[in-house]
Amino acid sequence: MLKGRAFKFGDNISTDHIIPGRFAYLRSNLPELAKHVMEDADPDFVCKVNKGDFIVGGGNFGLGSSREHAPLVIKMAGVSAILAKSVARIFFRNAINLGLPVLICDTDGIDDGDELEVDLAGGTVYDKTSGAKLIFSRLPKVMLDILDEGGLVPYIQKYGDFKL
Amino acid sequence: MGKTLAEKILSLKSGSDARAGDIVIAQVDLAFAQDTTGPLTIRQFQSANFKGLANPRKTALFFDHAAPSPNRELANDHRLMRQFAKENHCLIYDIGSGVCHQLVAESLARPGDVIVGADSHTVTAGALGAFATGMGSSDVAVVFALGKTWFRVPESIKISISGNFGPGVMAKDLVLNLIGSIGADGATYKALEFGGEGLKSLKVPDRLTVANMAVEAGAKVGLFPADRVAKEYLSRQKRSEDFRPLAADIDASYERTVNINLTALEPTVAQPHQVENIALARELKGTKIQQVFIGTCTNGRLEDIAAAARILKGKRRYPRTRLIIAPASAQVLLDAIGAGYIQTLVEAGAIIMPPGCAACLGLHQGVLAGGEACLSTANRNFKGRMGSPQAFIYLGSPATAAATAITGEITDPREVI
Repeated sequence: MLKGRAFKFGDNISTDHIIPGRFAYLRSNLPELAKHVMEDADPDFVCKVNKGDFIVGGGNFGLGSSREHAPLVIKMAGVSAILAKSVARIFFRNAINLGLPVLICDTDGIDDGDELEVDLAGGTVYDKTSGAKLIFSRLPKVMLDILDEGGLVPYIQKYGDFKL
Repeated sequence: MGKTLAEKILSLKSGSDARAGDIVIAQVDLAFAQDTTGPLTIRQFQSANFKGLANPRKTALFFDHAAPSPNRELANDHRLMRQFAKENHCLIYDIGSGVCHQLVAESLARPGDVIVGADSHTVTAGALGAFATGMGSSDVAVVFALGKTWFRVPESIKISISGNFGPGVMAKDLVLNLIGSIGADGATYKALEFGGEGLKSLKVPDRLTVANMAVEAGAKVGLFPADRVAKEYLSRQKRSEDFRPLAADIDASYERTVNINLTALEPTVAQPHQVENIALARELKGTKIQQVFIGTCTNGRLEDIAAAARILKGKRRYPRTRLIIAPASAQVLLDAIGAGYIQTLVEAGAIIMPPGCAACLGLHQGVLAGGEACLSTANRNFKGRMGSPQAFIYLGSPATAAATAITGEITDPREVI
């Protein structure tokens, strides 16, 4: 069970909101890069977020670049999962490849600051603040397996190949 | 039932009867990374303890996003990539070669190939009938080692093209209208497949512009059939042997069809801060622009530079509007010099950048200050993309960009041609 507070964002949060190209020079210095996570969407995010918290987006979360640094700095900030109505495909795959769960559900009813409990195995989100219970879409098996191993690199190290 | 282009290519490369919704493992014909995703790709490759590349000659590293290196951090990243290429004998395209997607089109992509790149605009090679898609560094690192990856076979949306472009209207106007019509997530997880009688008037450079921006509608791939137009392009690139005809089956099943009549299109601009936020160029007259940028994997080809040169010939840029031009490859630069376009553009007040991504992503060569507005021929206008998050990015065609450089405000190119 994952527990934490919701940080709510709107539709179309791009990889440039999450970690813009102007910080590309820090991509080989991840601790410094991570200080700028979500900076162009909420400059104070990095000071407010606590380990276990959730990023809650609207539609088309993570559109744009293939930079895996986007889910990486979110994970480094301690975020335990991303919830959104829809997620851009490269970002989606990148997050799972880093062992960061991405849950597709109707996030309209979740407000900024709500206390959430996520049951990954059961497929449910419980909003303790509003009392609402949400169901998220199941991932394809290959993605669940990658997530179970903590990401693509440990998955391939264990199995040596993809297994469908 | 017949197959879409996406189903055909993934069937061939997975050795199975691939249908939309299936998950398949496909052999990869080319895997690459560039200088802002390559270092993480290499580190993931190393952390997995892979022993070597599956296919060194099908693996490439490109130096384009920060080329030449603008600071010591990125210089160190370049050094790491050069070392990896040397140790693993992969293809290397060092600074000055050009933007990865243009080089893939010129030299590497073949109809029916599966191509994965650690760059979202890898979709560009769909113009030549390659199933080309962007992935992150971990995925590409695994392809470097195994030569294969998994895909969910996408549903396809058919984009049926009719008519011909009017004066001053270009492929960029087509793709901006398409994204405006279906939305920035209108094709998420799906394939865009282009067809219709109007396709014959879209040459490969036009198709590269359109396929390049498929990802701005969320698409996994933007696929054109490999037809006579593609054959002629490959022949001009001295790659006739790389051509094979490829088309969707007549009875293929599409999720839906979107019709676009080229004759009805007008010069179009995407306004800050979303690509789907389109307006006609003439509706934005009066919008002051401090920088015009012509280049990138979207619109840095010879035909784009030619369109700008035709409009700017014998004219000068507006004094308070900077004009930056970056050819997409060394071949483009040489051809533009040969045709006299570079002389024309410099006489008009342009600054010529080395082949590469230049100002597109806010790293160097034209970073925007707060409050400034740029008319760019690139593919993204997200907040913060080109430097300051307080800057404004408008996207348009090379013709619209050149017309805007003359007047200093967003201008419909039909006013100046």
